[in-house]
Amino acid sequence: MLIFLVGLLAATLRVATPLIYGTMGELFCERAGILNLGIEGTMFFGSFVGFAVAYATGSLWLGLLAAIAAGVLAGLLMGLLTVSLGVNQHVSGLGLTLLLTGLSLFAFRLVFGTNRVQPSIPPFPQIAVFGSLPVLGPIFNQYLLTYAAIGLVPVVWWLIYRTSFGLKIRSAGENPEATDAAGVSVFRVRYLALGIGGGLMAAGGAFLSLAQLGSFIFGIINGRGWVCIALIIFANWIPLRVLLGALLFGGVQALQLRLQASGAKVPYELFLALPYLVTIAALALAGRNASAPAALLKPYRRE
Amino acid sequence: MQLSLRVERRPAPLWFRPLAPVIAVLVTFAITAVLVIAARANPFQAYYYFLIYPLTGKVSASEVLVSATPLLFTGAAATFAFSAGYWNIGGEGQLMAGAMAGAGVGLLVGGLSPWLAIPIMILAGFAGGVLWALIPALLRVRLAVDEIVTTLLMNTVFSFFVSYILNGVWRSPTSGWPQSPEIAASAHFPPLFAGYRPHLGLALALVVLAAIWVVLNRTPLGLRMRSIGLGMEAARFAGVRVERTLLIAALISGGIAGLGGVSEVAGLQFHLVETLSNNFGYTGIIVAMLGALNPIGAAIAALFLGLIGIGAQSVSQSLGVPVYLGDVVEATMLLVTLATLVLQNYRIRRA
Amino acid sequence: MYAVELKGITKRFGPVLANNNVDFSLKKGEIHALLGENGAGKTTLMRILYGLYSADEGQIFVAGQEAHIESPRDAIQAGIGMVTQHFTLVPTLTVAENLVLGYPTGFNLQPRQIEKQVADAAGRFGIEVRPSALVRHLSVGERQRVEILKSLFRNARVLILDEPTAVLVPQEVDVLFETLNRLRSDGMSIVFISHKLNEVMAICDRITVLRAGSLVGTVARAETSPHGLASMMVGHETFGVSREGQQAQGKILLEVEDLSALDKKGLPALKNISLRVHSGEILGIAGVSGNGQTELGQALSGMLRPAGGRIRVGEHDLTGASPDRYTAARVGRIPEDRHGGLIGELSVAENLALESLDPFTHSGMLDRKAILGNARRLIAEYQIKASPTDRTRTLSGGNMQKVLFARALSRNPQVIIASQPTRGLDVGATDYIRTKLLEQRDHGAGVLLISEDLDEVLALSDRIAVMYEGEVVGILPAEQATRSELGLLMSGAKRGTAASGSLPGKEAASHAA
Repeated sequence: MLIFLVGLLAATLRVATPLIYGTMGELFCERAGILNLGIEGTMFFGSFVGFAVAYATGSLWLGLLAAIAAGVLAGLLMGLLTVSLGVNQHVSGLGLTLLLTGLSLFAFRLVFGTNRVQPSIPPFPQIAVFGSLPVLGPIFNQYLLTYAAIGLVPVVWWLIYRTSFGLKIRSAGENPEATDAAGVSVFRVRYLALGIGGGLMAAGGAFLSLAQLGSFIFGIINGRGWVCIALIIFANWIPLRVLLGALLFGGVQALQLRLQASGAKVPYELFLALPYLVTIAALALAGRNASAPAALLKPYRRE
Repeated sequence: MQLSLRVERRPAPLWFRPLAPVIAVLVTFAITAVLVIAARANPFQAYYYFLIYPLTGKVSASEVLVSATPLLFTGAAATFAFSAGYWNIGGEGQLMAGAMAGAGVGLLVGGLSPWLAIPIMILAGFAGGVLWALIPALLRVRLAVDEIVTTLLMNTVFSFFVSYILNGVWRSPTSGWPQSPEIAASAHFPPLFAGYRPHLGLALALVVLAAIWVVLNRTPLGLRMRSIGLGMEAARFAGVRVERTLLIAALISGGIAGLGGVSEVAGLQFHLVETLSNNFGYTGIIVAMLGALNPIGAAIAALFLGLIGIGAQSVSQSLGVPVYLGDVVEATMLLVTLATLVLQNYRIRRA
Repeated sequence: MYAVELKGITKRFGPVLANNNVDFSLKKGEIHALLGENGAGKTTLMRILYGLYSADEGQIFVAGQEAHIESPRDAIQAGIGMVTQHFTLVPTLTVAENLVLGYPTGFNLQPRQIEKQVADAAGRFGIEVRPSALVRHLSVGERQRVEILKSLFRNARVLILDEPTAVLVPQEVDVLFETLNRLRSDGMSIVFISHKLNEVMAICDRITVLRAGSLVGTVARAETSPHGLASMMVGHETFGVSREGQQAQGKILLEVEDLSALDKKGLPALKNISLRVHSGEILGIAGVSGNGQTELGQALSGMLRPAGGRIRVGEHDLTGASPDRYTAARVGRIPEDRHGGLIGELSVAENLALESLDPFTHSGMLDRKAILGNARRLIAEYQIKASPTDRTRTLSGGNMQKVLFARALSRNPQVIIASQPTRGLDVGATDYIRTKLLEQRDHGAGVLLISEDLDEVLALSDRIAVMYEGEVVGILPAEQATRSELGLLMSGAKRGTAASGSLPGKEAASHAA
């Protein structure tokens, strides 16, 4: 039983990692007033670019950097559409997801052809921090990117709540007119938030291809971006709650995988659907969605 | 990083308006030509195979109609809801719900004549879409929960549900992969032209589009819906019952998407399969936006995207350009069109 | 050398000329009023100085140097601060956070540290604020102080105040004036936008008057009088329309009993309002902006659900009814915000028909010919300058208002709820709208006129109710309603006392009198 629990906890952290990156990325965007439904595509793009660059250069770190850069670009493209042009945020986001997904698939086929053999790379290793620890050791045997994801939480909290940059992001998402009147460029803040957000989302995607799998498969993101969209609501746009939510959802998935692997007959689809159902229920209970950034979905335009 | 672009409201001259879609298409092809060149193909040749070649043969031309059929439904569904300002992103799930309901009925109606079986199945599909649209719609009109996220999440929930059913109770015992048993022969949609695959679904889709055009432009419901879409509070002030109207719009939209599901099951697949929808629900949003929320525009856009779908296959076969070029072109066209629509009413200026 | 000088400023919004070649100069250490009617272009001019609008033509000089102000950031850098009518504070942030937003304080922000910084500044300027309070918990007067401190905190030497007293109660006005006097003696230059003559005379050194977007002139306070200023403001045209004669009171058409309602933030906006409007009378609602008039208009249009009380129109109980039931009960409604009543992207004909589509529906289909015919008829009758198929957003404000009136009056209403019906309109349109309201009264309709324009209320009303902090603090017959009497009621000074035959909230008394 203990071994099962330890294994479950270890798996929970692994499953939660891309969700933490993705949701933190979305947090930047939404706190600045942009709903970025491009997240699913940005994560996919990140996992592809990361893999392709790592494959070509032999350097996982270069792959990760390239993925983040690609994510930043994706965020800036979202900015061009929603911030500069003021296009519908949800439609542009979906369009961005479709574009980046198609682009990744296209490029993958172009680079790797239709080989039967799935191209692969040696992934990031897991690092045992307390390797010698009896029984509990596996919990602390994780990828560097997983440790970084946990470390990211206080950093994001600090950025959002304790820096002038975070103050600008929060104001741009709550009251862009006031932000503008205070002499802060709403455009600039929103672009920056989207760039950072896109980079984080892509890092989450790259975690899957560079650490967990060591390859790129078409179903690699498989709706994780939409889970992040659910998580951010569940977490009330608060960084620490994002971590809790990601661990909770990660735990449910990990449990489902363990049960499936152990041959138990469980409707695993129900587990998979759970985060979504919980979020919809949370939205229904929260009613008018009071804690969402007030300017979310509203383009800002000065006369 | 100082981005000093500024958008000002300044309508473009009238002569520009009919040109806007043309410009959007040209810009899209200019952008995507980069990908074609990256695939070491000649862009002009590629676009020949993309846009012209599929129309030169009867079989491939008919396939364009087949691939446009579900998009006509989902495009109509999105157009209808969006006109009322109800952002139904849930076409994907509603289409699958309609497919499931239609397939369920299709399995049971073996004893009936097609004249009875097919209408019952169509109704069931409509009802399936309505049901799956109901929860987000009620959340919106009763609790003011924004529908964008809920309809989006409901898509994934339904795909898990389909997977659960197909791996469990509904799994066909004779099949190697998860799919339902085949629906009754009497429930198959008849082909429109003997020997070709376009089926009754295409005709139904065109009827639906014509019907929503009439509803939107010629009925009190349509005027009320458009008034909400263009100015919700002013519509409320003028006595439009906003919540009730939005509920109707949302449910009909879901039903239309559901019809798309029936059409795929009864006209093409004859089984319920997990992969029934190739992002049809999401592509329907592209169709609606490209069609500028006009049913006639949506019909043209759906046919065009159907052509792109088949064209991508022909480019892939003849020039070895990956078939995903089609997806990229569709998405690029959406984004470029959105940008051009904005630029019609605004000018970008350096600030 | 002037602190600020504007030369030849011109600004157009589409076809509307908001500022026409306006010159304006502000001396160091003066309070300079920018005076004019609503829509005269005062705010536009100052929004240009603050970089919120960009001028189509003209130059800006700050301390003698030409300045290119294209955003508030530029303005702040030039030492200009502005307190707008709609406060530009982020409600979910603290006072201190709002103050340092956009102010170069370094990357790291420690709440204690910035709160201390803000407290110090507040002490230095003698402005009382609580740095750690969330802005959404503050009163209007407190928010205004935060706004002023925000500008001062950024070393503003020029402070623009846009109708600062519109939202204040008299005691708060006194505090504001004290603050402004202190700032003036510190050498601050202040632009005071107002349309209230007494305030301008009380505090300003010089006065610049705008009318219909153009400069009328600049005068020193010592060399002018309220009367002189008034004639500068309105020119030779004065509003000629006013009520004539006393109508015999008819039967009660609109009856409001103990009505209460919450505003958008969930705070009480209407408290036990009781009113009656009779056939053939105009009941005017006077009050300082923000004392519940907006919510009263909304509640009586079906746009705001009452928290308590009753609304009756004739035989219909309309408490909590939706707008369509108001229409059905023959209540004609004119919204405070024209854009909140008309859909800009729909045609004039569609907007005119939208309120009741049944007469235009045959076997489920809209009769487009009938809709267009109806529009043509109303356009002719109400002298609307538009064609039936024009998109409504292309119309001028006056024509939009006529569309709303045409829609409301064409259904032969027994009760009319008109909120701020002439706000921002030119003289011609204003006269026209007022004539229409009087016409309706003379034909036996009951009119509830909600207006912040006291002259309008005085000119049109048979009886005048005054609102203060969500309550009706008095109802006077027109003959007894003097400016000073109304002013006392509007300021809350006579709240809760019987005023000239009316008891607060109890209409019965005034009825008996």
